[in-house]
Amino acid sequence: MSQRLRRFFTPLALALSLAIGAGSASAETQLLNVSYDPTRELYEAFNAAFAKYWKDKSGEDVVIEASHGGSGKQARAVIDGLEADMVTLALSYDIDEIAERSGLIDKGWQARLPNNSAPYTSTIVFLVRKGNPKGIHDWSDLVKDGVQVITPNPKTSGGARWNYLAAWGYALKQPGGSDATAQAFVAAIYKNVPVLDTGARGSATTFLQRGIGDVFLSWENEAFLALKEFGADQFEIIVPSVSILAEPSVAVVDKVVDKHGTRAVAEAYLQYLYSPEGQQIAAENFYRPRDAAIGKAHGPDFVEVPLFTIDEVFGGWAKAQSTHFADGGMFDQIYTTQ
Amino acid sequence: MNGPITSLTTGWRQPSVLPGFGLTLGYTLTYLGLIVLLPLAALILRPAELGWVGFWEVVSAPRVLAALKVSFGAAFVGACINAIFGLLTAWVLVRYRFPLKRLIDALVDLPFALPTAVAGIALTTLYAPNGLLGQFLEPLGIKVAFTWTGIALALTFIGLPFVVRTVQPVLQDLERELEEAAAGLGATRLQTFFRVILPAIAPALVTGFALAFARAVGEYGSVIFIAGNMPMSTEIAPLLIVIKLEQYDYAGAAAIAVVMLGFSFVMLLVLNLLQRWARRHERAGA
Amino acid sequence: MSFLKRAFTDGSNPVGEPVGVRAILIGVAVAYLFVMLVLPTGAVFVEAFRKGLDAYFGAIEQRHALAAVRLTLLVAAIAVPANLVFGLAAAWAIAKFEFRGKSLLITFIDLPFSVSPVISGLIYVLLFGAHGWLGPTLDALGIKIIFTVAGLVIATIFVTFPFIARELIPLMQEQGTEQEQAAISLGASGLQTFFRVTLPNIIWGLLYGVLLCNARAMGEFGAVSVVSGHIRGKTNTMPLHIEILYNEYDFVGAFAVASLLCLLAFVTLALKSLLEWRFGEHLAAERHH
Repeated sequence: MSQRLRRFFTPLALALSLAIGAGSASAETQLLNVSYDPTRELYEAFNAAFAKYWKDKSGEDVVIEASHGGSGKQARAVIDGLEADMVTLALSYDIDEIAERSGLIDKGWQARLPNNSAPYTSTIVFLVRKGNPKGIHDWSDLVKDGVQVITPNPKTSGGARWNYLAAWGYALKQPGGSDATAQAFVAAIYKNVPVLDTGARGSATTFLQRGIGDVFLSWENEAFLALKEFGADQFEIIVPSVSILAEPSVAVVDKVVDKHGTRAVAEAYLQYLYSPEGQQIAAENFYRPRDAAIGKAHGPDFVEVPLFTIDEVFGGWAKAQSTHFADGGMFDQIYTTQ
Repeated sequence: MNGPITSLTTGWRQPSVLPGFGLTLGYTLTYLGLIVLLPLAALILRPAELGWVGFWEVVSAPRVLAALKVSFGAAFVGACINAIFGLLTAWVLVRYRFPLKRLIDALVDLPFALPTAVAGIALTTLYAPNGLLGQFLEPLGIKVAFTWTGIALALTFIGLPFVVRTVQPVLQDLERELEEAAAGLGATRLQTFFRVILPAIAPALVTGFALAFARAVGEYGSVIFIAGNMPMSTEIAPLLIVIKLEQYDYAGAAAIAVVMLGFSFVMLLVLNLLQRWARRHERAGA
Repeated sequence: MSFLKRAFTDGSNPVGEPVGVRAILIGVAVAYLFVMLVLPTGAVFVEAFRKGLDAYFGAIEQRHALAAVRLTLLVAAIAVPANLVFGLAAAWAIAKFEFRGKSLLITFIDLPFSVSPVISGLIYVLLFGAHGWLGPTLDALGIKIIFTVAGLVIATIFVTFPFIARELIPLMQEQGTEQEQAAISLGASGLQTFFRVTLPNIIWGLLYGVLLCNARAMGEFGAVSVVSGHIRGKTNTMPLHIEILYNEYDFVGAFAVASLLCLLAFVTLALKSLLEWRFGEHLAAERHH
């Protein structure tokens, strides 16, 4: 019997030694960039470019590891001990929370890099089915009867919070707009939402793959990516009359880079995002670079549209978060006061 | 939390000539304590920072109650479906001979092995309005994906093996003489089933039902893709836990978790006590 | 109609149901399993091969996919033996001795079945996370558990905790203690008794428990998702890699890796069936002991 058992365990032991052997460490510098979901393609290209740039500049080999997930979940992982050298998240609020709750990042982080530490921006646009059969051109078309709107749950998705706030901002800017009319307007949009996925890519799959809904509220970069992946013959992008300026933020995690001794290379990494090469990679991955000329030359067809910022309309993320998305906030009221 | 330890008093165990009791029980308790009890204690003590009032406020919020109702309701329906069809499956697998029986028998364990997220995606692919089955159900006015039905379907899937696997061995061991005697006394087949067979397999059936139910209540991965996740109607309790975490509200998340955990624990405990009682009963009878 | 005839000629059931009833019952059961099990699994394979064999193997041979396979095997290779040792110890203590608090102990062993996967990850964050109970102490000692392979292993052990113990306890309870008592009274040591008397009696139940535990360990998603950190090629197991591919709109890749997990499950299940078939009488004898 024991021989039989031994025969059973031998392959296991083999697999074990194989896996450990594969995990042996190497000599080059390693960085971990903890990012959110839609930046996979962007950072895959950027990491390769930066590794080459850094090798040329300093002679050092640098390997950048990437971790992607929902922005809030990723921020929590960093707070709970995931040793990220840099964080590149969907909203400044998530980085604020890391600074606030763990002290790993200096609280003045947003002023350390140009443009609020957001090297590239995006906005919220509509993706509709080819030929725009429901005639959707602006935010006001989303509340019409018979229009199904796909957007993820703002409680679990950073992207969905931008969608929600963009709609709210639009309603505020209409003649006679007030918080009351904006709340009614946003509530009317969510009445037309048949499925609330937990993340932006989940919603994208619902709309693109499952064929549900007439209009998908999406990051502009995600909409362009969807056209590329699923074919421009099936979907088209509609830019509304006004939208929100989405500023995905980046920061070096101070305590971690000091512990790892990687501050210089981590800071260079983020600064490289602002270089012409970095800006070009952002544009090629459908983010609006801060350098508009590079955007024109290398990006897709970015439509000029009036954009408002979250600071202007909502008084910053912390306030928007507690008013709208906290438990019992404006968003919860849409569903609990029906 | 330390039930087994507080019962360590004199006369708490019957003497036996077999060795290794101290070693194996000690190891069991240590391992159980480190892997299960200590981490669960960290969870259970977490909502303490809310206080009783705060705890009650979290778990009695309308949205939380609605989500708990969805989770428990859909899990209950799923477990009922599994009890009926699982019993039938076990019966057919034990009593009848038919082609591909061995293969079908092996398939039953599949929901244990398939990653829950894959199961969820596969079910959604099938039942979405443009899916393989959904396209036929849609014209009939039957919506499965993104509705309560979809949640119950996913929960039925993940609980499927439990009833089959608990009932199967008992059915195999069931003495045929009783059935023959009942038939000889003029009982119809249905009467025999309800009066003779069902009472004998009832404990196993209840165990299978309870395990399927307990497993389904907490399920997240396979449900999230097929549930519409609409607050108050198709939002499951584990999603609310995720939402609380998203707001860095660890205590609130833990509060919901504790309610679900407490319920499962009581149910499993009652079940195990019943089984122990049944075993003693049986032994006394024999 | 040949299967009807075969069902009819099954001589083992003298008080059986009429042929028509049997056919209906078999039909319903098979239809149920077909809709609930075969169709979803079939969907995985259909999607995986949607773009042909090349795309399928291309997806599997990716560097990160292979790393995920290796990590999944590693985690299972640690978690399953750990639970095997525990299962044997727990079953010995619970099945061979009578003591108070036994039902409570069994309930605690059952508990991980019913803990939401979301929670089973969270509890280790609350315990070992940077702000957890033990996190800061371990950190000072330079030990990291969360977001490393160790965290994945512990979460997997938790999720698969009851499988082997739960399989062995009723089996060993049914067998009673007479054989072991006889062996001990004849002068055998405890270990000799276990290996010569107990183990041969439970080996097939044990193996079944190990196979199920292994299948579940490789497929676990929710709990490991919380403690993984999602670093590509480093802490991504197969189920996590599937999620990533799916989120990258690489549906073929996602389902290809998923089909690989299905195949691993099939192999374990086929192995189990083969053993049962070859040693079926052995097993039956064991049950009626």
